[in-house]
Amino acid sequence: MKLMWFHLMPYTELPDDFNKKHPSVWVDIHSSLFDPRRAHHMYNDFMDELEYAAECDFDAVCVNEHHSNGYGLMPSPNLIASSLARRTTDTALCVMGNSLALYNPPTRVAEEFAMIDCISGGRLIAGFPVGSPMDTCYAYGQNPSLLRERYYEAHDLVKRAWTEKDTFAFSGRFNQQRYVNIWPRPIQSDPHPPIWIPGGGSIETWRWCAEMDYVYCYLSYYGYKAGLATMQGFWKEMEKLGKDRNPYRAGFLQFVGVAESRQQALDLYTEPAEYFYGRCLHVDARFALPPGYTTEATQRAGIEGMMTKAANVANPATKAALKATNMKDIVDGGYVLIGSPDEVIEQIRHVGTSLNVGHLMLLLQYGNMSKDTTKYNTRLFAEKVMPHVKDLFSDWEDKWWPKPMAKGQRAAVPAFRPQTVAAE
Amino acid sequence: MSEPATTTVEVNGFPCRVWTKGSGPKLGVLAGFGGLPRWIPFLDELAKARTVIVPSLPGYPGGALGHTALDTHLDWLLAVRQLLDRAGLAGSDLLGASVGGSFAAEMAAVFPGTVRKLALIAPFGLFDEADPAADPWAQRRDNVPALMCADPKKWEALVAPPEGANSIEWPIEMVRAAEAAARAFWPLGNTRLEKRLPLIEAATLVLWGEADRVLPPSYAKKFATAINGAARTQTIPNAGHLAYLDQPEAVAKAVLDHLG
Repeated sequence: MKLMWFHLMPYTELPDDFNKKHPSVWVDIHSSLFDPRRAHHMYNDFMDELEYAAECDFDAVCVNEHHSNGYGLMPSPNLIASSLARRTTDTALCVMGNSLALYNPPTRVAEEFAMIDCISGGRLIAGFPVGSPMDTCYAYGQNPSLLRERYYEAHDLVKRAWTEKDTFAFSGRFNQQRYVNIWPRPIQSDPHPPIWIPGGGSIETWRWCAEMDYVYCYLSYYGYKAGLATMQGFWKEMEKLGKDRNPYRAGFLQFVGVAESRQQALDLYTEPAEYFYGRCLHVDARFALPPGYTTEATQRAGIEGMMTKAANVANPATKAALKATNMKDIVDGGYVLIGSPDEVIEQIRHVGTSLNVGHLMLLLQYGNMSKDTTKYNTRLFAEKVMPHVKDLFSDWEDKWWPKPMAKGQRAAVPAFRPQTVAAE
Repeated sequence: MSEPATTTVEVNGFPCRVWTKGSGPKLGVLAGFGGLPRWIPFLDELAKARTVIVPSLPGYPGGALGHTALDTHLDWLLAVRQLLDRAGLAGSDLLGASVGGSFAAEMAAVFPGTVRKLALIAPFGLFDEADPAADPWAQRRDNVPALMCADPKKWEALVAPPEGANSIEWPIEMVRAAEAAARAFWPLGNTRLEKRLPLIEAATLVLWGEADRVLPPSYAKKFATAINGAARTQTIPNAGHLAYLDQPEAVAKAVLDHLG
């Protein structure tokens, strides 16, 4: 099993009365709440944490894209990934990802991802989300009725830009370019960097991932219990399509808090978890469902109740049902796994096997968790949990993992030593 | 209230429902936000004096999935032009409201021979940063009725599933109508129509619900001023954005008086 360390980069100083005074953490969150001088420290702490996770031998570090969002300070995850490309050596860089329809022309994504792949020596995982309604339709003004069509077309263009050897003309419905010829080109060219698709629980996305042979990632904030039915639906669909049950076809997001004991974990992680589920997910319902964002097939499936419960969970309208904001409910609901290392080992193995996911993306920083606590959580997980769960799925091959240049061929990046500079 | 005759025309291979009722000179009606999931009393008022012909715009109730073929504003205008032609409305009077009002104005501007006299009820198409329109696509569900009508019950009655309606398809059709509006007018309702309003030579009545919470009534004057033909504004008291739902008789009277 691959253990991947994911950062959302939440703003950590939303006020206690945030939910009372502000309608939404997303889209129209007020600028007065953002202190750039504090954000300077947040960004640097977060990047320290990502680098620390790489030092602790997590298989990958993961970043993602959000806009106008108080719990996601990465409008451009590529900026963070390019820094990580220099400050890590062997860890995969999972950019989860770039919302393709937001880029004009979309070849920008092909270029930037190729840059990250080159700088990192071929360690990129290319995530292609459609993007949330809040990010795409509201913050970025994209038309919800055209978003998916634009997304699929942009995908085709990016993939061709990576794989075609000669300059070509692209004549699409939404994108027309006479000369598509990106420089640089990705190191991973057989045929291209691994493509992972974060998505909700729609059958169309599952089928598309199967057809394209991409990894499907279910990135819910509500943990393995709520995610179970969605992943079961995914595997059932794979079986129908004649695909094997290789767990590396899938990724799943899970919050974790590990400590010496369950009580200590509660003491350490209650505040950041309640901060996240209370303040960070305080999103105005009016931004949940722009018409056209959810396909009619998915609406139909939701209304018919033919799909399993968790498919509805993927629908923002019913996400409102999942609104536990106190630690007991957060833990009981499985949103956050907590406990001693032994307890967490047992739960992680259960998550892996019950959902059959080979790529587990872990949120070990959430809400207003401090850097010290985050490092503690990260180190304890790496030392006490990781060795006892890595063996899961060892009989399956991960065909969707980056294939970097051989270590000896990669550039030696000089160590960064700020104290040396200070001494001079 | 007798039923209208229902026929179907094709645009881009998709069916569009056309309702016809009444007698006298033809009057085309392009409905507003939400479309017409059912026949409404306002159309009966018009049918007392006119042959009322009501084609469904692509994507709106009765208009199937026609919106999915329309990527650009030009695609929309050509689709509406074909719709009017096939509904037998070329050269007739045309009334449009809200999203339909924007297309009615476009027809009169871009295809002047298509429209004799024009009546607009709170048409989309403009946006004034100093007096911004509301965002009809970012609303909590329970806020929509009062956004659309001065009397929220009028909107609720428009979209309520009739007896025997398919309980799965009906709500999907209502969302589809909002999507079709979004497809043409996202995110601000601003299609730069102001550049084409001076091309309108048809005599035009611009009606606006006094209590329109979607588009500010101040926009009425912008339309009337920019239109080249004789243009007049009139405010409908106790009416919201879909004034024809709130005040069917007053709106019908104003329209019929204008058309003569």
